Amino acid sequence: MSETPLWASESFWKKTAIWVTAGSFLILVVLTFDSLSQTRAGGKRVPSYSVINKKIDYQYDQALHKSMPVIGDNEFLFGKEYTEEEALQLVDLGKKTTQAKNCMNCHTLLGNGAYYAPDLTKAWLDKGWISKEMREEMMVKFLMDPEKNARTFGSNRKMPNLKITEQEAKGIVAFLKWMSSIDTNGFPYNFKTINAEE
Amino acid sequence: MKTSGLNGVMQQTGALCKKSAERFNQFKAWVQLDSANLSDGQQLAVKYFTVAVILFFAQILFGLLAATQFIVPGFLYEILDFSVNRMIHINAMIVWMLYGFIGCVYWFLEEESGTEIIGLKLGRIAFWVLTGAVTLVVLVYLLVQIGPGKDSSIWFINEGREYIEAPRWADIGIVVVMLIFFYNVVATFSKGKWSGIAGVLTLDLVALAGLYLAGMFYMTNITHDQYWWWWVIHLWVEATWEVLVGVIMAWSLMKLLGVKRKIVETWLYIEVALMFGSGILGLGHHYFWIGTPEYWLTIGGFFSALEPIPLVAMVVHAVYDSGSHAFKNGNHPAMAWIIAQAFGNFFGAGVWGFMHTLPQINLYTHGTQWSASHGHLAFFGAYATINIAFFYLAIQHWRGDVWMGRGSQNAWRWKWALGLLNGGVLGMTIALLIAGYEQSFIERAVEGSTWGGYFTAQNHPSFQSAMSWRLFFGGMTFIGFILLVWDLLTIGKGESRKIPELIEM
Repeated sequence: MSETPLWASESFWKKTAIWVTAGSFLILVVLTFDSLSQTRAGGKRVPSYSVINKKIDYQYDQALHKSMPVIGDNEFLFGKEYTEEEALQLVDLGKKTTQAKNCMNCHTLLGNGAYYAPDLTKAWLDKGWISKEMREEMMVKFLMDPEKNARTFGSNRKMPNLKITEQEAKGIVAFLKWMSSIDTNGFPYNFKTINAEE
Repeated sequence: MKTSGLNGVMQQTGALCKKSAERFNQFKAWVQLDSANLSDGQQLAVKYFTVAVILFFAQILFGLLAATQFIVPGFLYEILDFSVNRMIHINAMIVWMLYGFIGCVYWFLEEESGTEIIGLKLGRIAFWVLTGAVTLVVLVYLLVQIGPGKDSSIWFINEGREYIEAPRWADIGIVVVMLIFFYNVVATFSKGKWSGIAGVLTLDLVALAGLYLAGMFYMTNITHDQYWWWWVIHLWVEATWEVLVGVIMAWSLMKLLGVKRKIVETWLYIEVALMFGSGILGLGHHYFWIGTPEYWLTIGGFFSALEPIPLVAMVVHAVYDSGSHAFKNGNHPAMAWIIAQAFGNFFGAGVWGFMHTLPQINLYTHGTQWSASHGHLAFFGAYATINIAFFYLAIQHWRGDVWMGRGSQNAWRWKWALGLLNGGVLGMTIALLIAGYEQSFIERAVEGSTWGGYFTAQNHPSFQSAMSWRLFFGGMTFIGFILLVWDLLTIGKGESRKIPELIEM
């Protein structure tokens, strides 16, 4: 019997498995540190929570070949200017509510979740809210009583009443506004916002 | 009056218990399984397998309810909404597969280590604790469903993060049970003998349990939230679970075909190197669009494109070993499901994953039924199949190592179950793929992902008919499941021929 060549030997592959795993994991840890610091709220990619005081848009950038969030002048939410701390609290309430109400098992957020209802990544900027003047009120009303204020787009699919309080609804709107300002590398593509002229 | 009413209830309950016990004994007499054939570890393993099958049933049932809601949106509206059904559908899946894996390990632990299981009593308690916790979590999902936007909801009702919705108290319970399981494994190998399989298994379990911790924190920043959330989901199903399946497969091939240990263990190391080498950084394909830096487009695209390679290697491995042993084995259903695993894993996880993993296409497919199509074939092909194969190995031994090869009685049952389950899942996969294509074109490319665009795509006839076909094939899967359970309970009953001693070659 001939000897097993190195490339087919057990010990060679055992060592390879250990080195490859350890090496890949080490690279992942380094990249994780970098990604988390680049995406902390208040950085370039993920704005601070007080961005809810600003006008937010999402426009196609010819040079970059993708849409990018555009942060504009003051445009207060519910007619109020929030401090950084207040904004954090409101967005946090909204985020927690989206988890407690299990939104992710019908909707997608940043494209992740279930596919029974529309993506929420840029929901704040969606044309479905008809005009910027009506948007805030429509969103809060819809969240509090989606059955009566149903927006089914001819699908007969209605969001159930999730017993969302007014404060929680405002939190969700703030969370959605903040989320729409995140730089998502051009996802979703070709999205026309409520600000775009017909 | 009050006490007599209470007495009445007590009596009725007592009668009901007695009747259930009678029924259970009748059932036991009917299946004719002799637990004297099982070692202590195997007796615990079959408990895990039993719960796994029950949860598999729940997975299919709630999947059918959710699939129906796509066609009749008013169905169970505000009673069991889509979000509830879908959550139980995917949670039951994750948990039954984990139950299956844990069962497999308890099954072979004594034989592989050459000694009895250390701390088995604790292991038994852990099983009941885990099963009680799972029952409670599901009841809360069904009856309470949602809570106010407070920490208490996340702690006690629902964490609201796809796949790992279990509330925080249950997370802690799961970690404790995993630690007990881990203790059983490590202490037993330490007392008995270590092997290549034992080493890979132990290190994989460290990673598997450790990763779960990454999903146990609440974060306001959704980018950070999803970053860690994918650590758990991806590094479980596209890395540590795959390696766990490699371990179970290695042991099964030795058992079933008599493949040499040196061969399966060498293959196992190759698979670990390829799987972790591509899968760990392949995590990057989930970091394209969640706010994370642009370099993930390159890293995620490159490494996830390599992810099918270990799956090709696994197909080669399974087919080569089967061929070199001329398919000679005494358990045809287990062998058939192992072959189904090799191909299902390759097509479901490998091909279907690769088809939409590059960022250039993923920009349009991310968050559409494409993912559902991939998810169905991958989870079934990679994980349901190996568990089912192992169920057949277990039931054979439970029956007293009877012959389940050529010329077995009622072989049509396992063949039809195999055909219906694979055909059903493949049918759903294709239907969802068509829906995904349609969504990518109409909702994404043409309409630009607005809510209007989303519903234009959802209302399109090709999407609607795809959803009907999905429900049809879901029904087929369900029939296959019923047949599978019937077959598992009856196969080998009345068979007197034994499987021959395996000769390692």
